[in-house]
Amino acid sequence: MSSIDYSEKIPNNVNLAGDRTLQRALEHWQPNFLQWWAEMGPEGTREAEVYLRTAVSVDPGGWAHFDHVRMPDYRWGIFLSPADTERRIHFGEHMGQPVWQDVPGEHRANLRRIIVTQGDTEPASIEQQRHLGLTAPSLYDLRNLFQINVEEGRHLWAMVYLLHRHFGRDGREEADALLQRRSGDTDNPRILGAFNERTPDWLAFYMFTYFTDRDGKFQLCALAESGFDPLARTTKFMLTEEAHHMFVGESGVSRVVQRTCQVMGELGTDDPARLRAAGVIDLPTIQRYLNFHFAVTIDLFGADVSSNAATFYGAGLKGRFEEGKRDDDHRLHDRTYPVQEIADGMIVTRDAPMLNALNEVLRDDYIRDSVGGIGRWNKVIEKAGIPFRLTVPHKAFNRKIGAFASARVTPDGRVIGAAEWAAHESSWLPTAEDRAFVASLMGRVVEPGRFAHWIAPPAMGVNRQPVDFDYVRFN
Amino acid sequence: MNGDTTATDHGAEVLRQLLIDPEICIRCNTCEETCPLDAITHDSRNYVVDPAICNGCNACVAPCPTGAIDNWRNIARAKAWPVAEQLTWDALPPQQAAAVGTPASLPPEIAAITALASAGQGGAAAPPWSAAQPYVNLHTLEQPATATLNGNFRLTADDATSDIRHLVLDFGGTAFPVLEGQTIGIVPPGLDAHGRPHHVRLYSVASPRDGERPRYNNVAITVKRVTEDHAGAPVAGVASNYLCDLPKGASVKVVGPFGTSFLMPNHPGARLLMICTGTGSAPMRAMTERRRRRIALNEGGDLMLFFGARTPEELPYCGPLMKLPATFIDINLAYSRIPGTPRQYVQDLIRARGADVAARLADAQCFVYVCGLKGMEQGVDEAFRDVCRQHGQDWDVLLPTLREQGRYHLETY
Repeated sequence: MSSIDYSEKIPNNVNLAGDRTLQRALEHWQPNFLQWWAEMGPEGTREAEVYLRTAVSVDPGGWAHFDHVRMPDYRWGIFLSPADTERRIHFGEHMGQPVWQDVPGEHRANLRRIIVTQGDTEPASIEQQRHLGLTAPSLYDLRNLFQINVEEGRHLWAMVYLLHRHFGRDGREEADALLQRRSGDTDNPRILGAFNERTPDWLAFYMFTYFTDRDGKFQLCALAESGFDPLARTTKFMLTEEAHHMFVGESGVSRVVQRTCQVMGELGTDDPARLRAAGVIDLPTIQRYLNFHFAVTIDLFGADVSSNAATFYGAGLKGRFEEGKRDDDHRLHDRTYPVQEIADGMIVTRDAPMLNALNEVLRDDYIRDSVGGIGRWNKVIEKAGIPFRLTVPHKAFNRKIGAFASARVTPDGRVIGAAEWAAHESSWLPTAEDRAFVASLMGRVVEPGRFAHWIAPPAMGVNRQPVDFDYVRFN
Repeated sequence: MNGDTTATDHGAEVLRQLLIDPEICIRCNTCEETCPLDAITHDSRNYVVDPAICNGCNACVAPCPTGAIDNWRNIARAKAWPVAEQLTWDALPPQQAAAVGTPASLPPEIAAITALASAGQGGAAAPPWSAAQPYVNLHTLEQPATATLNGNFRLTADDATSDIRHLVLDFGGTAFPVLEGQTIGIVPPGLDAHGRPHHVRLYSVASPRDGERPRYNNVAITVKRVTEDHAGAPVAGVASNYLCDLPKGASVKVVGPFGTSFLMPNHPGARLLMICTGTGSAPMRAMTERRRRRIALNEGGDLMLFFGARTPEELPYCGPLMKLPATFIDINLAYSRIPGTPRQYVQDLIRARGADVAARLADAQCFVYVCGLKGMEQGVDEAFRDVCRQHGQDWDVLLPTLREQGRYHLETY
């Protein structure tokens, strides 16, 4: 493999060709990555040619490159947003100092941990989604799945680049470990809980890309504020790809809702049994999927009160969402933030030092953002004249991490006992039966322009191509 | 920063306003982050573009993951939708009826090509008085139509040095009304060496207005595979090679139609004098076919054609052409590369038929069309000059009259 011209094989703006040490490190890592991709990447797709967008440069035009490519031949590039030589740390204890181009010794362990945690989610989601290609509802959707997969792969490259470039031998070992953990593996699982859940069907996939990839957006936004400049610049670039993933989720759920509403109108019924018999996913089932994915995802923001969050912020490693747009002192010593917890069987609000509540700050920003798309889905239902509305469950509902971890809270925020929970769980969270039904709808559709019965076609194709374009070619 | 505007006949400033489709946008903030002028803003409901700041630079378009931000509306600047109003939208305002024939709607790229093509006659001439009203620019570069390639036939002999093809594009349910003599633009997919989208290429419509196959929504074009540049250096034409190699059933991005001048007369008794070389025959074929389909109507008016190629094998549409009755069309073929035979060009035949040509130039019912490579322009002009001199006319006086009357149309490339 050593004869590969990496400067050509890996599109980059980090002068890969000029750094022999880094080049050797990546030469060592790349075959392992490709082997991991072959084992754990999208199943049964080695020969398929997929109409993919490849980022070729950091300027806006760099996003306009579309072509049919075999996925193993995808050019996973390494891009950092352009450097701003004047950029200064704009929050925490180092505020006002120039940003770091190399890792400061005292923050090395924390930065490595942040990068590894972020990097671990990228291959994890590919592993979670590896069987979905076999049941894609259309070539358009199959293409979007694969686009997401290769971009998550590129995000892994981005994090591995930072590990190799800035963390020496530790970094190389961490980069190798990113290829060794496996989503859902009992012995060597991925780091975060949501990334060990299965993504068994396409409704789960759309919910995952809507909710969980949006967590990615918020984490990346917070890291894009970092005083460690290479991390800030690489995450900034990753955000554009993350946006596509959320698009797939938002439009995917929207199309499922649209199709269900259409059949509800045709049959004049809201009876889940009749709708299921007609081959579409009833709205209460969609609500239960939503509840599940929402709760699992907001767990990803970590404990409500966390000293790590305070350390990361104070050290200038990880900011808040849109830190630069907030007008406070960006040190937060005297600030408090309302956090919720359970006292005497009630959810109560108390003020915590904001520095310790930064996970909660990010979680609340996330919740505000994710409510928006649900409003869009409700517009589709409203347009169809159906009096049902999807809602976001209370943030205490079904939590596994933080102050609500051991509590039982209804989607509308009432603290309840074990018996009431047991009696209603099946109407709040997807049951095995729900999942079996949704799974029964999953069948592969590969004829250009055709869509599975349970989902509406998209409003427009990719890159102005028609909806019936051959987005994936099987050879 | 009011870059993308054009003055209309009435002096009102027309703005190409960029709008974000709120039904498709997912509010990911990519556009706002990308915009170099900070022209994009948002509230909790919509992302919107400020028409007072946006200069149409397109930086936001490619990074948008959804395609929501590629909607353009031609609107009087004074009536541009302000930010406050856009923020209240649940859906885009409907696309207004496409402006018909307004120069304001012609993209700069197309206008430049058109200007070059008609430069030889001193700019676009008036159309014939009885020409049908053309539709122009219904499908823009931002929102091209998609056609399916219905057929791709080689017109030149297999052993001929040039590869000229007849392509039939089916527009399905998309409206794409054309007139004979108009052009359509093809956008080759992919990017050029600088990573930018390819330029649009214009092709003359080779089928009559009711379609290559009558009453089906299809349009034919004539494409020559470009293998060398004007100087003879080897170069593979991006669009022509893309089109020539395109398999049946493929999708093609098409913009247009374009052209408000090179149009045929529709009144009974109108005569046509057509001079062309190579693929310049496309509009002549369209007009001839239009008239052939109407033979039974006995509308009168004859056709005369001067058609040049290197050899008979390289003459597109030669077979069907020769089957047409001489009473319908007077055909004159010039070959410039037949071994053992002196080179003959269309201008030689025009001189040889001087009396008939001069009579037509003098007849107010006769409309003249010239189409082909730039190189033929001068030769044809000189031939007309000679013919006029021999028959007591002055070309320098006649030409401006012809142009004024919409009787002389030249398109060279």
